[in-house]
Amino acid sequence: MNANIHLHFSLALSGFDLDVAAEIPGQGVTALFGRSGSGKTSLLRCIAGLERPTHAYLRINGVLWHDSVQHLFVPPQQRGIGYVFQEGVLFPHLRVRDNLLYGFRRTPGAEQVESLQRVVDLLGLQTLLQRYPVQLSGGEKQRVAIGRALLNNPRLLLMDEPMASLDRSHKKEIIPYLECLHRSTSIPIIYVTHDPDELIRVSDYLLLIEAGRLIAQGPLEQMLARIDLPIARGDDAGALVSATVLEHDEQFHLSRVGFAGGELTVSAIDQPPGSEIRIRIQAKDVSLALEAPGPTSIMNILPARVVEMQAHGRGRMVVRLDVGGVPVLARITQKSQQRLALHPGSQVYAQIKSVALLT
Amino acid sequence: MLTDSDLSALLITLQLAALTTLILLLLGTPFAWWLARSRWRFKYLLEAVVALPLVLPPTVLGFYLLVALGPQGPIGVLLQALGGQSIAFTFTGLVIGSVCYSLPFVVQPLQNAFAAIDQRLLEAAATLRAAPLDRFFSLVVPLAKPGFLTAATLGFAHTVGEFGVVLMIGGNIPGETRVLSIAIYDHVESLQYGQAHRLSAALLLFSFLVLFLVYRMNQRRREQTPHR
Repeated sequence: MNANIHLHFSLALSGFDLDVAAEIPGQGVTALFGRSGSGKTSLLRCIAGLERPTHAYLRINGVLWHDSVQHLFVPPQQRGIGYVFQEGVLFPHLRVRDNLLYGFRRTPGAEQVESLQRVVDLLGLQTLLQRYPVQLSGGEKQRVAIGRALLNNPRLLLMDEPMASLDRSHKKEIIPYLECLHRSTSIPIIYVTHDPDELIRVSDYLLLIEAGRLIAQGPLEQMLARIDLPIARGDDAGALVSATVLEHDEQFHLSRVGFAGGELTVSAIDQPPGSEIRIRIQAKDVSLALEAPGPTSIMNILPARVVEMQAHGRGRMVVRLDVGGVPVLARITQKSQQRLALHPGSQVYAQIKSVALLT
Repeated sequence: MLTDSDLSALLITLQLAALTTLILLLLGTPFAWWLARSRWRFKYLLEAVVALPLVLPPTVLGFYLLVALGPQGPIGVLLQALGGQSIAFTFTGLVIGSVCYSLPFVVQPLQNAFAAIDQRLLEAAATLRAAPLDRFFSLVVPLAKPGFLTAATLGFAHTVGEFGVVLMIGGNIPGETRVLSIAIYDHVESLQYGQAHRLSAALLLFSFLVLFLVYRMNQRRREQTPHR
């Protein structure tokens, strides 16, 4: 891991203390993930310099921004960051265009690497430029807020649940822009969310926060494959798998993809053979059988080995499988586990009912 | 129409009101900002002091100012020690009295306008490279514009209409401290109703005109920022 962001903050919050020390990659999207009220936003505000805790240390790509021991504190306006708030927080007296350019006009010439045109194209803002914030929908406001942060030519982009205030359809509107941003920028992004779906779509690296403490961190794929973490107990639990498009079946609208553990037949993917993709196999869509099943409507059945199992509430459990070296999770009932006498090392067949394409 | 003495009273009144408003805006803005943002636990003490002129009879305020500014008063003594003269019964004394008297009319609208500004807007500006003074002029001033307008209007109009404080500390020196309200009072005292009428009508018209313009400006602002 190329750890370029070192941080340590201790801050008293109402109800509990935030105390997090971590090293974060200096590139890609790092998610601060945890329940509402776990201290994620406070941590992000500390990184931005909007909070000033008594004990603080923050160093980014070799530059010290905050060190309470040395009484060193760089105020937010001198950090060169981009901060996207939950509800946009656009300046109500300025048109969209002037909102976008607020930070840009204050950026020293040598640091002005972003251009209005590029940001407007990236986020689809052309028709909104002359409007005032009150004339925008929630999704449009958030796109402008992201654009305003990008045009500040930031060295670090901080996003605080940028989609929390949006309804489902507006989320769908924003997600493609975020995925696009992810691919088109080299700025490290720290992204606060409590939504597992968002987490899986936008992040590469994960810090898991619970009641002000860092309980686990690591690359997203590894973290999703762990069954000891709270994510594995949620409905969205499931593995992320890197795969390659092999061929398309026009007649049945299907595609075949290959990964280290074998091949899968999935709904038609709109990408040419050879494309690298990420697919998500949700634990609830994977069932287990001891013998290769007879005729069945399920198309994807792969031999697998049980690695470990963890029971959780309401008679359910989550099983980590090894499919040709790739971790896949399955959710089964505790009764099934007894009936099949599953234990670590059991050889089984994983029946995968559905697979979701991510990017 | 107006006699020379009435005209000079009008002029002095306008000068007094304009100067008082200017001073109050300059001093009141940082003070109101502090009141709106500070979390000092005894802040309410200062807020109570600011509000005093609202409830105090102007003659009481004027009396204490007279005592303080007079040759034996603390401020008077200080001024004399510095080589100055007593400022009671001078235009300067009037300005000081008016600033005290109209303080709440400027500070309170500003404080309310500042308090209504979403703190997160200032935080957003800070993350967008704007230093504190830059944030104040690029966000607070435009967003609190109606508050500034109300503060200036109320401060000005209230000073134009003051009587008790002026009577106590200003006396009635023509061409120096004789303001409109006192001139009107004098005319009525000496039964010159015609003169009193003309001055009163002029003041009435002026006050209405000022308020009319301010409300029209506020109305335009509302129309310019459309709502869904």
